[in-house]
Amino acid sequence: MTVIDDVSNVPAPDAALAPLLEVRDLHVEFHTRDGIAKAVNGVNYSVSAGETLAVLGESGSGKSVSAQAVMGILDMPPARIPKGEIFFQGRDMLKMSGEERRKIRGRKIAMIFQDALSSLNPVLSVGYQLGEMYRVHQGLSRKAAKAKSIELMDRVRIPAARERVNDYPHQFSGGMRQRIMIAMALALEPELIIADEPTTALDVTVQAQVMELLAELQREYNMGLILITHDLGVVADVADKIAVMYAGRIVEDAPVHDIYARPAHPYTKGLLQSIPRLDQKGQELYAIKGLPPNLTRIPAGCAFNPRCPMAQDICRTDVPPLHPVGTARGSACHFWKETLGD
Amino acid sequence: MPENTDAAILDGVPPTTQDGTALPQDTRDKARSLWTDAWYDLRRNPVFYISSLVILFLVFISIWPGAIAHTDPLQCDLINSQNGPSGGHWFGFDQQGCDVYSRTVHGARNSVEVGLLSTVGVALLGSVLGGLAGYFGGWLDAILSRVSDIFFGIPILLGGVVFLSAFKGGSVSIVSTFIILLGWPQLARIARGAVITAKEQDYVLAAKALGAGHGRLLLRHIAPNALAPVIVWSTIALGTFISLEATLSFLGVGLKPPAVSWGIDISSASEQIRNAPHMLLFPAGALSITVLAFILLGDAVRDALDPKLR
Repeated sequence: MTVIDDVSNVPAPDAALAPLLEVRDLHVEFHTRDGIAKAVNGVNYSVSAGETLAVLGESGSGKSVSAQAVMGILDMPPARIPKGEIFFQGRDMLKMSGEERRKIRGRKIAMIFQDALSSLNPVLSVGYQLGEMYRVHQGLSRKAAKAKSIELMDRVRIPAARERVNDYPHQFSGGMRQRIMIAMALALEPELIIADEPTTALDVTVQAQVMELLAELQREYNMGLILITHDLGVVADVADKIAVMYAGRIVEDAPVHDIYARPAHPYTKGLLQSIPRLDQKGQELYAIKGLPPNLTRIPAGCAFNPRCPMAQDICRTDVPPLHPVGTARGSACHFWKETLGD
Repeated sequence: MPENTDAAILDGVPPTTQDGTALPQDTRDKARSLWTDAWYDLRRNPVFYISSLVILFLVFISIWPGAIAHTDPLQCDLINSQNGPSGGHWFGFDQQGCDVYSRTVHGARNSVEVGLLSTVGVALLGSVLGGLAGYFGGWLDAILSRVSDIFFGIPILLGGVVFLSAFKGGSVSIVSTFIILLGWPQLARIARGAVITAKEQDYVLAAKALGAGHGRLLLRHIAPNALAPVIVWSTIALGTFISLEATLSFLGVGLKPPAVSWGIDISSASEQIRNAPHMLLFPAGALSITVLAFILLGDAVRDALDPKLR
């Protein structure tokens, strides 16, 4: 893919083929009192229009931090991006001015957060906050913005939108609040949505409804979607491809069905084995031993080696590159063949 | 005191009516913001009514002192010097033979003016500087915090004697300016803390992620959520500033005669406290009631705005 310096709203000729978002060798570190915490260590991924990428990992794996770096909402000290490129529609966002990036936020890339209650301003009505999107970005009048907000609330299937538009966030249930967050993200019909654990704070039945809604709207608007989650169950139905992160690196990267059928990294394998299953009723649930590493002291070699059942000497010295596995997948394990095999 | 409904709101449960007769169900279920909620609480708090009545009365007599005091506070006759309370002159006369009742009523205006001016000034200066320091952090925060530390180190009475004695005619504007100069750091600290708490909330990050700029974040998303402690502190401070004005006038560096001020009257009466205690009692009583009213109002506002402090 070529880098186009100034596309100024005219889509590049190869825009249809090139991915919408491409993250290349992204590094993010935090300067803390205990030293430098390396939260993201060379992450690569890409999303095209209409495609869903699930970024999977446990807390502290760097999945949210990389997403916040893409959004440009990291607090810049203490965070730092020493290396990497984030191409959006062919332009490196890390080279843009603050104002340019702000114009992309909300309009071209929007984000949905985990906890909708704390992500909505408690002192402003829901209608005001939805309408704000139109008033800030499109300069609509209060009245026109309100009409649009009601339309949006209908769209994400909030019952009695017209009556509820002036209600405050605390008057909605958890599922309804998450719908409002989705509506806010959708308001300006962005090309890419980043959903950071959108269903974690919801109960299981509501989770399914919200995911369904998100997937449906994504198809309708042909948006790219980055779904950040630690829940393998949520991912299976909606994602096209999965990137599994561990200690700030992508350890496995594959189309969704391949990963579930034959994981090529011991960490992915461990994650899959630790999902409770009906046919294992009464047996002890598998758990990956140990804890995720401290990001200020990531182990030498493969970061997963202290917890890996297959670790050999080479894993303690050499960082495994992302080995190609077949055509469209990769695994950062020295023993990917063995992992795939058994 | 009526049971508070805020706890239910924090749990995300829609508020329910406790007093169905006072307000019909449908209006109670209508959208309630923090402010309507606080107002609802205030209206059920007797302390709020008592203190507001006193304050309204004070404001009334400072605008139209002639409405209840028919004699001129500066029309004095030494023949009446130190005369005690009588039928026509309820509060008696002071050393100079002036009517104490008239002087007490007319003294309200200066006290209220100084109180209001300094509070507005302190609130504006303090919340703007403190808010900016809290929001932007970094070197701006460092400078503002050190400057306010310096102001904190100045004892307010000593500062008052030194600063105000440099000005000959003590007037309301000079005294207020002095109080604003020494008072803003306290409020700046409170505003800074409130803004730092508010800016770390998820909804601020969410607004940022949806493209809000600094101005919108600060004014629309942070300020309304950081305002409560500023309002509470300002209400209480108003009372304190009124007593500070009286203290400075008592020491002879605040307002100066012929201005009519409770502080001046307390000062001149204190010399004769054994012969004519009424000369001290009335202005000092007026001062105490005024300060108490503002502090009680501040307490009521705090109860309404911050249920966690209860």
